[in-house]
Amino acid sequence: MTVANSVHLSQSNAISVISRKKFAAVAMLAVLLGYFAYVFVAFDVVGLYQKSSSENAMTLIRDSYSYKVHVARDNRSNDLSVKIEGENKGAYPDGVTPDWVSVSEGKTVIELTDGHVITFGEGDVEYFIPDYGTVWAEPTRRGVDVKFPEGEIPDYISASKNRLMIKTDQGRLTVTRNRTEVFRYFLGWELFFFTLDSPYHGMSVSEIAQRAVSGEAGAIWSDFWNNRMWLHKDVAWAIFETILMAFLGTFGAAIVALPLAFLAAKNFTPLQSVRFFMRRIFDFIRGVDALIFTIMLSRAFGPGPMTGALAILITDTGSFGKMFSETLENIDDKQVEGVQSTGAKPLQRYRFGVLPQVTPVLMSLVLYFFESNTRSATIIGAITGGGIGLLLTQAMYTQKDWEEVSYYIILIILMVIFMDWLSGKLRAMLISGTSNDTM
Amino acid sequence: MSMAQRKRSYGLVLLLVFVALMVSGFQTAQNRNAGGFWDGIHRIFDFPAGVISEAIEKITELPIHMATYFPALIETINIAAAATLIGAIFGTVFSMLATRGMAKWPRLIPVFRRILDLMRAIPEIVIALILIFVMGGGPVPAMIAIAFHTTGALGKMFSEVNENASLKPVDGLASVGANWTQRMFVGVVPQVAPNYISYALMRFEINIRASAILGFVGAGGIGYELKNAMSWGQGRYDQAAAIFLMLFASIVVFDQLSSWYRTQLTHGRKQTEVTP
Repeated sequence: MTVANSVHLSQSNAISVISRKKFAAVAMLAVLLGYFAYVFVAFDVVGLYQKSSSENAMTLIRDSYSYKVHVARDNRSNDLSVKIEGENKGAYPDGVTPDWVSVSEGKTVIELTDGHVITFGEGDVEYFIPDYGTVWAEPTRRGVDVKFPEGEIPDYISASKNRLMIKTDQGRLTVTRNRTEVFRYFLGWELFFFTLDSPYHGMSVSEIAQRAVSGEAGAIWSDFWNNRMWLHKDVAWAIFETILMAFLGTFGAAIVALPLAFLAAKNFTPLQSVRFFMRRIFDFIRGVDALIFTIMLSRAFGPGPMTGALAILITDTGSFGKMFSETLENIDDKQVEGVQSTGAKPLQRYRFGVLPQVTPVLMSLVLYFFESNTRSATIIGAITGGGIGLLLTQAMYTQKDWEEVSYYIILIILMVIFMDWLSGKLRAMLISGTSNDTM
Repeated sequence: MSMAQRKRSYGLVLLLVFVALMVSGFQTAQNRNAGGFWDGIHRIFDFPAGVISEAIEKITELPIHMATYFPALIETINIAAAATLIGAIFGTVFSMLATRGMAKWPRLIPVFRRILDLMRAIPEIVIALILIFVMGGGPVPAMIAIAFHTTGALGKMFSEVNENASLKPVDGLASVGANWTQRMFVGVVPQVAPNYISYALMRFEINIRASAILGFVGAGGIGYELKNAMSWGQGRYDQAAAIFLMLFASIVVFDQLSSWYRTQLTHGRKQTEVTP
């Protein structure tokens, strides 16, 4: 009777517990959904969706794997120019054109892919589109005269009084009063290794290797390293600066924080007021945060890697101070007492009783921060102006060199992955080294 | 004895190399900096002193400025909170897919681990800048960027927690025919929830800072207002001072709250362990 009763009781108990937990789970889900709904409204996601530009996204994606060559004619002076990405750095010399542009008496024929052909005549332009026909245009003083083939005008053509634009997958033609311009797209990154003025441009890998062997290696390297389009030298320096900021900042902070951490640890500093003071300093530094230190320091030192390094150094002194002192409070006192019993002075006690115990823990913390600070250094570099962060933001703000943006992004990711690997490797070495010690 | 000596000399060499690296590194950094260390060191407090003196001068206006910028601060905190939540949700799913014994597709464990590594490796600023270009400025690019990175960071930590979770409840649930989602929700989540929450709170602290910094490069919130306030220059630093104060206060408050709650979590668990 009592057994059955208690079974019944525990059963009803269990049911009530489960239903309470169920209710809690549902309530939490509701709160979560409610919060997301609030954020959705507060961040004006709908407005943002309407504002966002799919065209920008398309340009970004297309530019990241392809480049374009501009063939342009000034309609007043009749000068023809062929420039890679429309930049002066990538201009073909006068009289030289790529093989898909042929210039003869008063006529320039530009061959695009799939049979698309654009012809610059004496003042007029013709674009032959295989499935559609030939569009003829002539810039005049009043605007642009256009003649279309019979039938409806497709929507990849936009024409107004002053401007004609035809965008196809094969290329793009823009005609205005002053300028007639053709874009042709190519796969890959343009002039990545050598610019047009280098004698090595367009050579095959084996040919370059041959020349390198026969004594031109220095010249080849210098042409690549000083590439004006991709600035390999500056990019390499920028990456180095970013890693340098992280290195100096992290290890500098560790050096500064270690003695301070002793002052904040209960078992090393009996004076409570000192401990309290040190802890508040650490909290203060952590609260001020890297952003504000970065702003403050860049006012004093100007842009550059040292400013970034100092910003990381100060910020991490706060974090390290806090974590180091917590580690110091957790050490094993026996080892210190053992060293003390041999008559060691205080400094020797720290050197032989404390440091061997905490070094592996502290080093692994520092190495962990080293990796994450490489990422911070990228962001701090974007704010103070140094390292790869600066190059990235500059390339972004110009809003045209998206292939460079993707190049920098790839480099940044590779850099972070490398630092992650390096810090993991060093930490593993540290752990195996200390386990050897104890054996 | 000779081994100990050799070890000591190794240590000395390592120390010397390290010191040399630090010194030459600082030299290089200083040479590539716009202003030198010794030229700038006495100016280091000029800016904070200017800001503080102006703030004291116009102390009556500070509360008004704080009220003006309060919505921006809320936006920054919302960015961090929403990003942490989204990151925690995706991080949970990814971490389970990347843990042996829990993964739905065991063969894909290495794939999910690499995905998490990659998500962790991409700095927030990269994604934020791209999204600002595509979507225009505002809080959403920052939120997505931080959520992306948080997914990677939390996913890794969560999967370390998962390794230590008992798989018995999962097996038991599997034997009564629960599907994968049910097994994870009922079998794993209750075990790991305290650790998950503790890590997520730590991440939230980091994300508040990140969201303020991203604001500075154009992603809305208090960082954006700070950038504007700074650009007005001397004479109007009282607004910057108000923003500094608010940012500082909110970072400290959320740090303290989260560390208090985290000790509660671990402390509470210890108690339940003691009582059978």
